[in-house]
Amino acid sequence: MDEFVNLKETELRLGLPGTDNVCEAKERVSCCNSNNKRALSSDNEKEIESSSRKTETSPPRKAQIVGWPPVRSYRKNNIQTKKNESEHEGHGIYVKVSMDGAPYLRKIDLSCYKGYSELLKALEVMFKFSVGEYFERDGYKGSDFVPTYEDKDGDWMLIGDVPWEMFICTCKRLRIMKGSEAKGLSCGV
Amino acid sequence: MNYFPDEVIEHVFDFVVSHKDRNSISLVCKSWHKIERFSRKEVFIGNCYAINPERLIGRFPCLKSLTLKGKPHFADFNLVPHEWGGFVLPWIEALARSRVGLEELRLKRMVVTDESLELLSRSFANFKSLVLVSCEGFTTDGLASIATNCRHLRELDLQENEIDDHRGQWLNCFPDSCTTLISLNFACLKGETNVAALERLVARSPNLKSLKLNRAVPLDALARLMSCAPQLVDLGVGSYENEPDPESFAKLMTAIEKCISLRSLSGFLEVAPLCLPAFYPICQNLISLNLSYAAEIQGNHLIKLIQLCKRLQRLWILDSIGDKGLVVVADTCKELQELRVFPSDVHGEEDNIAAVTEVGLVAISAGCPKLHSILYFCKQMTNAALIAVAKNCPNFIRFRLCILEPHKPDHITSQSLDEGFGAIVQACKGLRRLSVSGLLTDQVFLYIGMYAEQLEMLSIAFAGDTDKGMLYVLNGCKKMRKLEIRDSPFGNAALLADVGRYETMRSLWMSSCEVTLGGCKRLAQNSPRLNVEIINENENNRMEQNEEDEGEKVDKLYLYRTVVGTRKDAPPYVRIL
Repeated sequence: MDEFVNLKETELRLGLPGTDNVCEAKERVSCCNSNNKRALSSDNEKEIESSSRKTETSPPRKAQIVGWPPVRSYRKNNIQTKKNESEHEGHGIYVKVSMDGAPYLRKIDLSCYKGYSELLKALEVMFKFSVGEYFERDGYKGSDFVPTYEDKDGDWMLIGDVPWEMFICTCKRLRIMKGSEAKGLSCGV
Repeated sequence: MNYFPDEVIEHVFDFVVSHKDRNSISLVCKSWHKIERFSRKEVFIGNCYAINPERLIGRFPCLKSLTLKGKPHFADFNLVPHEWGGFVLPWIEALARSRVGLEELRLKRMVVTDESLELLSRSFANFKSLVLVSCEGFTTDGLASIATNCRHLRELDLQENEIDDHRGQWLNCFPDSCTTLISLNFACLKGETNVAALERLVARSPNLKSLKLNRAVPLDALARLMSCAPQLVDLGVGSYENEPDPESFAKLMTAIEKCISLRSLSGFLEVAPLCLPAFYPICQNLISLNLSYAAEIQGNHLIKLIQLCKRLQRLWILDSIGDKGLVVVADTCKELQELRVFPSDVHGEEDNIAAVTEVGLVAISAGCPKLHSILYFCKQMTNAALIAVAKNCPNFIRFRLCILEPHKPDHITSQSLDEGFGAIVQACKGLRRLSVSGLLTDQVFLYIGMYAEQLEMLSIAFAGDTDKGMLYVLNGCKKMRKLEIRDSPFGNAALLADVGRYETMRSLWMSSCEVTLGGCKRLAQNSPRLNVEIINENENNRMEQNEEDEGEKVDKLYLYRTVVGTRKDAPPYVRIL
């Protein structure tokens, strides 16, 4: 049945071309705010993923019980934001990127990049600026712009200091600093 | 016998404020009933289906303030399906038709539409106060009507509602002549806020005492708002994140320092913990602090803040504060009366993080002699701890303990927690509200029935062994008003033992228990003053009479006393027997 072979290609989806599946599940979860149906299948997906990552010694995964724990759904939905900021649970690590002076923020998926050079190139293209050259001791030189990130402790760090793997895990958001503030940071303070 | 003219009696009645007391005096004699009727200004209706608007207005024609509650409590946890009921429109329509001089409307768990809000805003010239808690069904368009038409609006308080935010300019709809606002709470709005309009509104509201912002109000706006309103008593901070540039931060600090009347702080919906120190100067004045949405503040930052709050009476916090943090609370907050510790991990995803335990609870009970209300989510508990808590705090009025894992026993002895809760009910003679959890047998209900004489509301989940459990409670707790049970093995025998009992209560909820359709039918048969509702979402079609299986278990049973019979607005999946 050749005519059915390429149906997937023509299917309307949310998400970048070339990527698969992911966004549908997220959309469903975000639509269930005032939904009273029993645990959605997307909840089950999360459940299955995390349980397959657990070691053998941990206790068996408890089933998702409707209406438990007894926390108001309003509260449940609004505490979510903590996790949404830096999703590490396998569906891409999306973090916000702001640039001083730019009218709005962007979001990028850190898991799409293999290392700092790829990331910085992508940022340069996205915001049309140049980041200069990175020196371990002195930070970034040759540009008014300095790429920084906020880590889990709430501190603003220079991008590039820690190993990439550690960076992905601790990075909550990015900010491209500009001007005098940036100068202060890039002089190895 | 009345030795005084009616006006004098009425004047005396003015001093009787509580609903219970007013209800009592109306029962003394016909004359008092009549005087009380016409002088009653505030009415509280705990279940909107227990009475209808016509009868309400008939009895209390001079009504000024109405409080209505709609859906049962378990609706908060998604156990009651959409469109179950609780519509406010018929009430507003009836009040409007009868030209009642309504000034205040407080709704909880009701369905409110834009149409209702529009009608409300146009029908009552003196309308002053709208409080909506856990309601749904409306949008910012409805708020725009209220803002536009209620010339004397003093209070607009939106707590935890699901509101469709149309990103309109509802704040702009307050006319320039509106200067009477005392309280404005829109923290639950998810969309953009017209900050300029908000600033102008605050600037022209000299009586504004309570202001709670939503996420969209950023730091610099907060500083300007607080500068305009140094008289604020109650502040809900919205978005508190983003890179605090030194200048904005300094402005904020200056503004905060001037707010010497500030007693209550909440919000922090998005937080950069580094900004918290700006609030340190006013912490010593705070009596109420709600950080239960501030998921991003870690324990140590919380502790630093709380250490300064020596006058705190009410604290709502996340379990990220940890036992260590609770020990600090116990050492610092000697005036504490109410504590709520919410779980930061609501989806049970992080199994290995033990946030608060029995240690924190015992510390609080030992350190805070005035504590009378507690809501505590934790992952583990012991009988020994509960016994200690009971000994330390015999003054509990509300005790709600939620151990996150159902059926979890005492984590040291592996026994049930019957003895622990038993100690609580035995020691706390004034206990009015109780929620139990963990591994519990019928024994705990025996204790509750024996000792909890003042108990009015009891929440049971995943507990008990046999019908005896429920029977102990129904037989023992004479003051019970609301009983809600889920996932517990109570069946028809318990349900039917004393049918008359339910008319002395507001309502009974039982879901995922052992009661059957047959049992519910028998219950409904001889109870004209009870509405027995069977909620069965899985059935879209009404069941045929002859296909019914009386032995079939009922998924959700909600019964309540009523003087107006079966309601007419139930959806197809609700069957009223």
